[in-house]
Amino acid sequence: MIRDSQDVIVKTLSRLLVPFMVIYALYVIMHGHHSPGGGFQGGVILAAGFVLLVVSHGLEQTRKRLSEKAAGVLSSIGVFIYAGIGALCLILGGNYLDYGKLSKLLPVVPAEARSLGILGVEIGVALAVMAVMFTIFLVIFTVGEFPEDDRSEK
Amino acid sequence: MILPLDFILILFVFICAVAAITIKDLLSAVVILGAYSFLMCLLWTEMAAIDVAFTEASVSASIGTVLMIGCVAKTKRRSKD
Repeated sequence: MIRDSQDVIVKTLSRLLVPFMVIYALYVIMHGHHSPGGGFQGGVILAAGFVLLVVSHGLEQTRKRLSEKAAGVLSSIGVFIYAGIGALCLILGGNYLDYGKLSKLLPVVPAEARSLGILGVEIGVALAVMAVMFTIFLVIFTVGEFPEDDRSEK
Repeated sequence: MILPLDFILILFVFICAVAAITIKDLLSAVVILGAYSFLMCLLWTEMAAIDVAFTEASVSASIGTVLMIGCVAKTKRRSKD
């Protein structure tokens, strides 16, 4: 169903648009803790950039950038960052996700350590959401397309 | 909060919701559902819930519509009932 678009207008426009979408998503993630937005919305916008890439440049070109296996690894890394920051606070003597305790590791005051901690959690959430949204998109759009795909047999 | 604007938006949301479940063409229903999501996003913004509006615009109006178009492409285009 997804094939390479032959339209030069679609290809050029999406090539121009995707970097701006990624920059906007990074802005949303980075400013998530003191303005509307955050990891979830930024991750969804990142995934929308990949969806636009699939629609305009085809599945094979996008698989070179981000394959299904890499998406699975990225989603695991996102969950690991989230849980790891929480467990790190637990190890340092606080409660789970008690970011103030991170000031023992970082050379900052506890108030700034809280800000950096929530930023790290947002980055983890954004990675996980992007990878999972992209995987759901690929699964829905390619189901039954490649019966000779060796993933299903082995 | 502007009351007439609220009522106009709620009217449009109502029209979109009724049209999305009564129309026979499934692809049109998905597109109308996207319009419904965008109008709900406007309504959230008007009620000063910016974070909810942001989530509605990014998740429901963009990714959700794309996923539902993918599901429609796997089925027949027109509904039977």
